[in-house]
Amino acid sequence: MTATRASSSAAGPVAREPLVLGIETSCDETGIGIVRGRTLLANVISSSMDEHARYGGVVPEVAARAHLEALEPALAAALAEAGVTTDELDAVAVTSGPGLAGALMVGVGAAKALALATGKPLYAVNHLVGHVGADVLRDDGSELELPTIALLVSGGHTSLLHVRDLVDDVELLGETIDDAAGEAFDKVARLLGLPYPGGPQIDRVAEGGDPKAIRFPRGLTLPKDLAKHRYDFSFSGLKTAVARWVEQRRSEGGAVPVADVAASFREAVADVLLTKALAACADRGVPRLLLGGGVVANARVRQLAAERCAAAGVELRVPPLSLCTDNGAMIAALGAELVSRGRAPSPLDFGADSTLPVTTVQAV
Amino acid sequence: MILAIDTSAGSSVAVVDRDGGVLAEHTVADTRRHAEVIGRLIDDSLREAGVAPSDLSAVVAGRGPGPFTGLRVGIAAARAFAFGAGVPCLSVGSHDAVAFERLSAAAGRSVAASGGAVDSPLVVVTDARRREVAFSSWSGLDDDGLPVLAVGPALVRPADLDEATGASSSWPRTDPDATTVSAAALGMLAERLFEHGRPFADAEPLYLREPDVTPSAGPKPVTR
Ligand SMILES: [Zn+2]
Repeated sequence: MTATRASSSAAGPVAREPLVLGIETSCDETGIGIVRGRTLLANVISSSMDEHARYGGVVPEVAARAHLEALEPALAAALAEAGVTTDELDAVAVTSGPGLAGALMVGVGAAKALALATGKPLYAVNHLVGHVGADVLRDDGSELELPTIALLVSGGHTSLLHVRDLVDDVELLGETIDDAAGEAFDKVARLLGLPYPGGPQIDRVAEGGDPKAIRFPRGLTLPKDLAKHRYDFSFSGLKTAVARWVEQRRSEGGAVPVADVAASFREAVADVLLTKALAACADRGVPRLLLGGGVVANARVRQLAAERCAAAGVELRVPPLSLCTDNGAMIAALGAELVSRGRAPSPLDFGADSTLPVTTVQAV
Repeated sequence: MILAIDTSAGSSVAVVDRDGGVLAEHTVADTRRHAEVIGRLIDDSLREAGVAPSDLSAVVAGRGPGPFTGLRVGIAAARAFAFGAGVPCLSVGSHDAVAFERLSAAAGRSVAASGGAVDSPLVVVTDARRREVAFSSWSGLDDDGLPVLAVGPALVRPADLDEATGASSSWPRTDPDATTVSAAALGMLAERLFEHGRPFADAEPLYLREPDVTPSAGPKPVTR
């Protein structure tokens, strides 16, 4: 795959790389991305995060309303950024799941109408596989090698995948059985009196703390849990343990060592995420780990990933942060892979599926 | 030529023309499957009307009131279609379309026929979920054949309708369980608004209800 093929609107009859616009509305980011094959042309993200701040977490109805208002300006901005018109598009791609149902429906309704108005084929794709697809858009010349284990962690999901083929063969190894890791960050931040979103706040105050100060539990890592939930995650117990510890300290009249609590909590999350991810690499004999999702912004998660992967001889891939958080470019990229493989478009009657399994890369 | 889309109740899509009338209308009554059916309804309507996106002069969205999740699908589709076709997206109240259709029928004419005043009051009542209904009272059609709003739209509990409708409390009401919104009526109403140089509604969806959340009062203790 060539790294770039600028302004290829004059491309001849040779198979050119498909120009695809992607629409992502599964959570609180309205993302419109445009790619040409594996080249990123535009990645416009409009976030309603600030509107959720006073509620301490994503409110689905608030997110859905924001998507509706952000959609058209984001479409216009993305086309302008890419310097292309809708006429030039080869296809439209949209996230059909998993995610918040009401939020997904805004994108699905818009994508169907845009595809019909422009006469372009429409591909309904899986959000989680989109996170993996984001990696093909890296512009450092390195190629995504498969198979890979993928650890996708955000406020909305915590999933461990075994990806053998991006459009054909994705296996869910495990996922959270309660809270997403990002949610746990938000909840612990609130407990410590820090604002939303919690991830960057925890990261900030943890900087001066001792990660070994308090030994918080690592969910689903005991032998009895591993038998049934080898690759699953649980952060609810960790969150409660932190709350108990802080409440006890307060009830004793002591000051809460915020930095140590944040650092110890963050360490527990990073530890369990990477322990399970590297176990998957070892069990499956896959020497590659790809990170995706907004929690990748967490400095300790990235650092621990680098350390553990180096020790285990596993190649670590982390796409740039702008492609890790939810975005339309990753959806466009997965759409472009489907087009390049000659896949038929999705039928017009697919719906939003809040629990779409990763085995369904494209809704057909 | 207008593409009209309303998902405030079921899903309804129509292609209408000021002179040619209703060229196509496709409706699905299901109030839960807007996202699934919207594409097919648009495609079927355009095909049946023999109209290409480039033939349209505008897209009209029914702005509600209606249950939010479904309502948004139609508005999102209308906006995106207009964007893709390079035409304006306009908004018309969904209850306006119901009043226009019912009062035109009361005058013995179809939504496609132009006509004058009708003195026939009506209260439009639609389901708003959570044990509430949305209502609006209409005194009739004006000299241009356009519905005249008296009260609303607003949300009330069904038991409070008499009080909320005030002077219009004795007017005939539509049945909230059976009131459908026709995109053909919505589109023809838009054509009449154009024809008579009347203003269109705000683009904002008519939610009539804030998101159901309360700002957090801080974390709840886990120990007692
Ligand atoms: Zn995501």
